[in-house]
Amino acid sequence: MRRVYVCGIGATPIGEHWELSLRDLMVLAAKKALEDSTLTKRDIEAVYIGNMSSGILQGQEHLGSLFATWFGIPGVSAQKCEAACASGGVAFHQAFLAVASGMYDVVVAMGVEKMSDGNTYDVTSALIMADDQEYVAFTGSSFVGLNALIYRRYMEKFNVKHEDIAMFAVHDHKYAVNNPLAQYRKAVTLETVLNSPIVADPLRLFECAPIGDGAAVVILCSEEVAKKYKSDRLVEVIASSVATDILSLHNRKDIVTLNATKLAMNKALKMSKLDLKDIDIVELHDAFTILGVIHLEDMGFAEKGKGWMLVKDGEIEKDGKIPTNLMGGLKARGHPVGATGIYEVIDVVTQLRGEGGRNQVDDAEIGLAQNVGGVGGTVTINLFRRL
Amino acid sequence: MKIKDVSIIGYGAYVPIFRIRDSEIARVWGRDPKRVPVNEKSVPGYDEDSLTMAVEATLNALKRSNISPDIIGAILVGSESPPYAVKPSATVIAEVLGVSRIVAVDMEFACRAGTTAMQNVIGMVGSDMIEAGIAIGTDTAQGRPGDELEYTAAAGAASYIISKSGNDDIARFEGSFSYVTDTPDFWRREGERFPCHGYRFTGEPAYFHHIYSAAKGLMDELGLKPQDFAHVVFHQPNVKFPIRIAKQLGFNKEQLKYGLLSGYIGNTYAAASLIGLANVLDNAKVGDRILVVSFGSGAGSDAFSIIVEDGILSKRDLAPKVFDYISRKKYVDYSIYSKFRRNIVM
Amino acid sequence: MNTFINSVPRSWRERKYKYRLIGGICKKCNATFYPYRGSCPYCGSDDIEEVNLPKKGRLISYTIIYSPPSEFRLKQPYIVGLIELEDGTRIIAQITDVDVNEVKDGIEVEAVFRRYREQGADGIIEYGIKFRPISD
Repeated sequence: MRRVYVCGIGATPIGEHWELSLRDLMVLAAKKALEDSTLTKRDIEAVYIGNMSSGILQGQEHLGSLFATWFGIPGVSAQKCEAACASGGVAFHQAFLAVASGMYDVVVAMGVEKMSDGNTYDVTSALIMADDQEYVAFTGSSFVGLNALIYRRYMEKFNVKHEDIAMFAVHDHKYAVNNPLAQYRKAVTLETVLNSPIVADPLRLFECAPIGDGAAVVILCSEEVAKKYKSDRLVEVIASSVATDILSLHNRKDIVTLNATKLAMNKALKMSKLDLKDIDIVELHDAFTILGVIHLEDMGFAEKGKGWMLVKDGEIEKDGKIPTNLMGGLKARGHPVGATGIYEVIDVVTQLRGEGGRNQVDDAEIGLAQNVGGVGGTVTINLFRRL
Repeated sequence: MKIKDVSIIGYGAYVPIFRIRDSEIARVWGRDPKRVPVNEKSVPGYDEDSLTMAVEATLNALKRSNISPDIIGAILVGSESPPYAVKPSATVIAEVLGVSRIVAVDMEFACRAGTTAMQNVIGMVGSDMIEAGIAIGTDTAQGRPGDELEYTAAAGAASYIISKSGNDDIARFEGSFSYVTDTPDFWRREGERFPCHGYRFTGEPAYFHHIYSAAKGLMDELGLKPQDFAHVVFHQPNVKFPIRIAKQLGFNKEQLKYGLLSGYIGNTYAAASLIGLANVLDNAKVGDRILVVSFGSGAGSDAFSIIVEDGILSKRDLAPKVFDYISRKKYVDYSIYSKFRRNIVM
Repeated sequence: MNTFINSVPRSWRERKYKYRLIGGICKKCNATFYPYRGSCPYCGSDDIEEVNLPKKGRLISYTIIYSPPSEFRLKQPYIVGLIELEDGTRIIAQITDVDVNEVKDGIEVEAVFRRYREQGADGIIEYGIKFRPISD
């Protein structure tokens, strides 16, 4: 396998982009990334677009050709990748493989989701399609509801208080303040989180990632292309892994562990020949506060049932043991579902390049981005190293 | 119509858990809460309809029957509130039981359809067309908001498994008699959501005349007198009517004791007389003779004479009894009731 | 917008499993699961038999849905639970006939046949198994 590098990043801010369409978002993000990379449109050989719900929410499929057309690069290899909320992560993985395999030298990994055009009920219907339509969506559970089942079970099993988990949202908001791409650049108190409306008991509104629009692009290149950059602009992709788990919670023996995270993590560590302790920063997929806690455990940073302590003890802060979600996480940076995996990569690369501004972690060398589809039906782990 | 060698081998009832007090309905429409036809009525939950109720009643009946569904040859569902105007409920019930090589059909004759289903199954079993069949009466009765019917229109189901007489019978049919005339006391036109009724016309020329004629006809044919019956069950649109017809026919209050439930659950339409019969079976002694007379608007009555057999003793406790359902209850107010009945127009 | 696919055959072909709670049992690893499928989700064996699952179980987690998918809009709030049946098989289903403030983890529940969703006012009604608390 060839070495693969990130040579350009670009994204739209996440938010309710009333005046921007799905195609506008894709084009804007691609322009920014191209500008960042100093490459030209003609250099792009392949495009992998992570997206979950363009069909159901926009009445639009065939995003590969759509993007190629609107960006003015018809002829290029282009396709959509879908794995629910992990769509961005799997698109990145495909792009990585395309370069690593030797097939292409410059590849675009994109994520896009346009969610704000639909009403909340319809978006809720679209999101539960991440699980089994016939035996889970059928029951009327929302996607939030499935995570609420995990939440309640977790609190009961490990005797953890609601507020100790809800803290994750406070953490995200604190860091989103300094992220120009974030949907909510505003700090919140634990009290605000706990007093927000219940979406699916026990999950409160401020514990759930918001609905938003956004597109994010990462440009990957081969070593040959990378040679023309100064090394401080380059970040190497040192591992990219995807793992799946049994789709629905009721068929899993243990619902408070996302087994796919463990599998993907093992694969990624093996591939990069790194230890857990080598990882300096983490962007994890906390679509709900409880998931943030569980991911810390499943990735190996905490024992089962104790992930919340890392949050409480300040260990996921900028100066903590394992700085996490330093650009606002899913809760506050935002979660345009199919785009999130790419936003996470951008957040990691931004830190590794030392461009994190007030959120910059000192001397971050190795970064991890975890992207989760469904209730852990798919997990991708990507590892990056500053050169 | 004399009936030979046909018996009830399983029975089951179902009443939804929700109730609304008539005083609550009266509060909404400014009526004197003391001048209401029943105390309270059953209300189907948001996820219930005449089909789901029929399923639960039938599963209860199967529990008491000790048979495998494979021997069932017919499922006849009597209801005036099927979830579909066109598409049978009977086939869904058959699918739940896992049987396909059967006769399955829905029947409509206002509140009489359940007993008519019973009569048909008796005929099919008696003629050896089938070994056993299921007759169901089920309704989520519809009362137009504010209308007199809203105080009584309730929900419930009863299901009977009828087979050739054997050793393990719950009760044996002795005879049946039907009486019909063209008397439009209550109706619902095609495409209309709520039924209309003839107010006081529903009484004398309709309910009383038909029940009286069918009961009289049956007793004459079988040579029986009111005192030959231990229990009597009439269709029960309210509490007053069954008491009055009982008196007219020469029955006393003791005979009505188990068969009159409208005061607790309201008028369950096609299920009303069959749930009454189920409660009698929950309480009767072996050898008791029971008179059941339904009434359906439009109009007609079916009367049955039924004798309790000793199978009742071992089978009675195999499924929830009528009063198990009547006593588990949750009250809803008029707003929740309107939501459950889908009366909130969006 | 009907965001789930309004299709008669889609729901029709699942009717047996949904009406009768039919799961699978793996002849190789002995695992049971709902609904039935031809391959074991645990060991991958293709030797699977249909099994009638128990109709009683215990609620092991639940949530109350206050912001439902569009087709459940008029039902909110309602309870969705993770139920462990008597043989250990788990299922996600609605918990019915109980107020949202009365539901508790660990309660014993039994299967009931109820309406789940409608494919619009003029479409078919999808039925299936829900669970209700077993009364004392």
